[in-house]
Amino acid sequence: MEDNTYPKMYLYRRLVQAKLFIDNHYAEAIDLDLIADEASFSKFHFIKLFKNTYRRTPHQYLMFVRIQKAMELLGAGMTVSEACYAVGFESLGSFSLLFKRAQGLTPSAYLDQQQALKAEKAKVPLRFVPGCFAESRGWITK
Amino acid sequence: MISKMTHSSVMVLDQASAYDFYVNKLGFKAVVDVPMPQGGRWLTVSAPGQPDVEIVLSPVNNSMYSAEKVALLSGMIKEGTFGVAVFTCDDIYATYEEMKAKGVVFTKAPTKEFYGTEAIFKDDSGNWFSLAQLPRP
Repeated sequence: MEDNTYPKMYLYRRLVQAKLFIDNHYAEAIDLDLIADEASFSKFHFIKLFKNTYRRTPHQYLMFVRIQKAMELLGAGMTVSEACYAVGFESLGSFSLLFKRAQGLTPSAYLDQQQALKAEKAKVPLRFVPGCFAESRGWITK
Repeated sequence: MISKMTHSSVMVLDQASAYDFYVNKLGFKAVVDVPMPQGGRWLTVSAPGQPDVEIVLSPVNNSMYSAEKVALLSGMIKEGTFGVAVFTCDDIYATYEEMKAKGVVFTKAPTKEFYGTEAIFKDDSGNWFSLAQLPRP
């Protein structure tokens, strides 16, 4: 495929690199000013472009990614404090507050919920498979 | 009266590779990923903005089909016979650049069409999808 160009292509590429940097380095103490510099944007311009594209400011997006990753870790059975520090939060208090604000329940309630769901899936996996699919694969017989 | 769609199936050549593609490259969430007691793996994913529509990543090599049929279907999937779905995004150029950076193969770069801006990409098996940014109402 010919890689045809489009308006603002280089700007998009720099913006996407900044977004991917957050995706890959969310657990570190990220300096968002530094990201703007590396992408050759002024801080103000960077925040505005980022928000136009991703509907969140870079800082809001970083918090969003950390919460999403924490949910994955809690889903895998990690404890609340381990998950908090693993995704880059420095305080359990601010982690719990942000988590609850975003998800409507505390990290420990989410952990309990996910563990119960996991146990249910292990115990009765067929409850999560529509009958027609299960039958066609020979997992249930009529 | 039908109210909505909850599951739709995509045939894939390899579930482990499809998991990596859909979860790590497209950013989909694994909804159900359970081994079945009789063998086989039930694997569904959902698009970030649509958690209640499960895409079943269904291995072409399964107990439903004969070896001949598996070979025939695998060949057809690899050749790009099947167009599966349209996914939409808020900003097609940002999404396109991000997917390309993650190694997703596009067969059509974003192009303005009557109904919006569209690109075409392939999954790791060969199924193709439209990526579209629709005009804002």
